[in-house]
Amino acid sequence: MDFDLSDEQRLLKDSVDRMLADRYGFEARKGYRAAPEGWSRDIWAQFADLGLLGLPFTEEQGGFGGGLVDAATVMEAFGRALVVEPYFATVVACGALLRHAASAAQMEALVPGIAAGQRVLAYAQVERQSRHSLTAIMTRAERDGDGWRITGEKSLVLHGDSAETLLVTARSAGQHRERHGIGLFLVSADAPGVSRRGYPTQDGLRAAEITLANVPAEALGDPAEALPILEQANDEMLAALCAEAVGVMTAMHAMTVDYLKTRKQFGRAIGENQALQHRAVDMYVSLEQARSMALYAAMMASDPNPLERQRAMHAAKVQIGRSGRHIGQEAIQLHGGIGVTMEYAVGHHFKRMTMIERGFGDTDSHLAALARLGGLIAA
Amino acid sequence: MDLRFTAEENAFRERMRDFFTTQIPADIREQVQRGEHVSRDQQVAAQRIMNAHGLAVPHWPAEWGGQDWTPVQLYIYQDEMQQNCVPAPLGFNANMVGPVIAQFGSDAQKKQFLPATANLDIWWCQGFSEPGAGSDLASLRTTAVRDGDHYVVNGQKTWTTLAQYADWIFCLARTDPGAAKKQQGISFILIDMQTPGITVRPIQTLDGGVEVNEVWFDDVRVPVENLVGEENRGWDYAKFLLGNERTGIARVGVSKARIRRIKQLAALEHVGDRAMIEEPHFREKLAAVEVELKALEMTQLRVVADERKRDRALPNPASSILKIKGSELQQATTELLMDVVGPYILPYDDHEHGSNEPPVGPEYAAEAAPTYFNWRKISIYGGSNEIQRNIVAKAILGF
Ligand SMILES: Cc1cc2nc3c(=O)[nH]c(=O)nc-3n(C[C@H](O)[C@H](O)[C@H](O)COP(=O)(O)OP(=O)(O)OC[C@H]3O[C@@H](n4cnc5c(N)ncnc54)[C@H](O)[C@@H]3O)c2cc1C
Repeated sequence: MDFDLSDEQRLLKDSVDRMLADRYGFEARKGYRAAPEGWSRDIWAQFADLGLLGLPFTEEQGGFGGGLVDAATVMEAFGRALVVEPYFATVVACGALLRHAASAAQMEALVPGIAAGQRVLAYAQVERQSRHSLTAIMTRAERDGDGWRITGEKSLVLHGDSAETLLVTARSAGQHRERHGIGLFLVSADAPGVSRRGYPTQDGLRAAEITLANVPAEALGDPAEALPILEQANDEMLAALCAEAVGVMTAMHAMTVDYLKTRKQFGRAIGENQALQHRAVDMYVSLEQARSMALYAAMMASDPNPLERQRAMHAAKVQIGRSGRHIGQEAIQLHGGIGVTMEYAVGHHFKRMTMIERGFGDTDSHLAALARLGGLIAA
Repeated sequence: MDLRFTAEENAFRERMRDFFTTQIPADIREQVQRGEHVSRDQQVAAQRIMNAHGLAVPHWPAEWGGQDWTPVQLYIYQDEMQQNCVPAPLGFNANMVGPVIAQFGSDAQKKQFLPATANLDIWWCQGFSEPGAGSDLASLRTTAVRDGDHYVVNGQKTWTTLAQYADWIFCLARTDPGAAKKQQGISFILIDMQTPGITVRPIQTLDGGVEVNEVWFDDVRVPVENLVGEENRGWDYAKFLLGNERTGIARVGVSKARIRRIKQLAALEHVGDRAMIEEPHFREKLAAVEVELKALEMTQLRVVADERKRDRALPNPASSILKIKGSELQQATTELLMDVVGPYILPYDDHEHGSNEPPVGPEYAAEAAPTYFNWRKISIYGGSNEIQRNIVAKAILGF
């Protein structure tokens, strides 16, 4: 057992950290968000230069052959800096889907553009009533010669407004909520029949509502049996989100400890009150629990046994959600008034943490799912 | 001991409910129910209706519009107001500066300010906190220096709620920098916001709204008549002011109204094939909050009943319990609402910046996350929950 990063991973971490320290301060981030797309193409090009955009793809595919630990390393750093570029959407989410579903020819057509920063992707999965279910899909896929036509409405598509390419889940067969019949399809965002409404999200990112009306599409893998792949990819997304959340929490905790040491009231640092020291310690305990669980998630997300894998991912998301809520609420509280303003970083971390906690299945839904699977420890 | 309300009290409750539900415009109450901010005009409209019926400032002395009610009646009035989603009379007017002027002000000040304050013809804001003086309010540095028949005020206030709407600000300023203790040498001064030298800078809160401000004073000349009470006694008046809001701070009625709404919305949202409200785990979570809320309501009634025996000028340390638990429960309701809304908490509705697009997802989703973010403030302002714990530790437990 070895919890240390390899030399290559350390190098990756250092280069990402350095770049973010140079280019991703609080004010700089504000500027990126103000750009027309809500993020910076310039920063995106830098990610490409650092090799981050091709990270999860093999060298033959035009990538760098990184694994889930590498992804977690990048995401944790992004969480600390609150990166707003579509890395999760393009590289983590769609990267995982492509790796598991796409043919060699499809990879060849897509990966070089992704790695070079010329192609942004988004994963269009959620529908109005689906909540956190992967099977509640009403969007239909109909055969059309060699290809497919998609009709339906997708919702809350992260970075769906700036993506050039969409990966869309749709039903080619089966009933609502049935496991069979679901496919994954490649759609060009500028294809006829696609209409998109982009909007900002609570945590400073972007998302879109997307209507698809008889839109030409290409199947990625089996057009009716994609669910196991969607679940596998979803678990990898969860692992990456857990890592990002640890970055967010790390930043909130560090800012809070720093603030307790510097903010003076009643003639001394507020952190001299032992009551507040203990609060910071409890946050630290929560943080370390979350960090451990995020590592567990990175380890288990590629476990060959789907049941074990899913148990682990539910557990990880529960711990991340609980730790994140605790740390976030305490961070705001211990900052006093300044914590509830947009002018100070900690509140932005709090908002991102809240959306991670409640996205991709909230804490209650993962806890219920884990309980249904009998928990982690066999009787 | 009889814990039930008397027949008269129940009749009084009916009267209050009838007034609030028939006299306050429905659109205002619905807006409050949805968790949206009310506009300045709506706040003014609601308070003027209440004032016209003698219900804006019932706790004031009778000669200035008070009702001589018992503490129980005051409690029922507040509870019905909160449960029926009526915006409370502006706290800065009704609970803060009004009672201070009524108790310590000159006759001229009472005549000039009290009727206008009750009717919200004057919108007051509170200029206490400063960047360096939050929990430690007594370390404030804004100065007021006597120059003939004026004070010249210099300094900076912050977190000033709705200063952008305000006509006047009541300030604590240092008039004797040489005083032996920092609590001495502070005065309570009323300042017209139109006076030259005042600058207001908005601060955006986490929900995206503008609710607080920084207020700068640069050689602001204030007539000495605007001093309340005696010079250098301002700290005593501030303590009176902060101790005045005793029971309303628990806002049990607000939490009740929110739980009602959560239940209504949870019947509309589905998890799988089942309405959210049918989910056993969700029902247990709701019930657990309801239990705590009932306990808090009973605690509040005990504090109310105790009022008759206490010196009204002294703050009751038990009100700290109401503040701590009341804020926690209000915050808990904002989390339950997010549970109901589910993934649709994500979109940020930028209506304040001119977006006219319909909301993404159900119309009730848009306020869920902003309210959660915004209501973190409840455990911070008005004496943070940590400061409340310090008060209980000292004043009740004797540490
Ligand atoms: C939305 C909002 C509206 C407000 N409106 C107004 C207004 O209209 N007018 C006005 O004058 N003020 C207003 N305030 C200011 C409010 O009263 C202060 O924020 C509050 O007093 C806390 O001060 P602070 O923010 O400087 O935090 P600090 O005092 O710096 O506190 C930071 C943290 O340290 C803790 N702490 C401090 N001292 C101790 C101690 N001795 N023991 C244990 N813990 C301690 C606090 O509880 C807090 O968690 C408002 C604040 C907010 C957030």
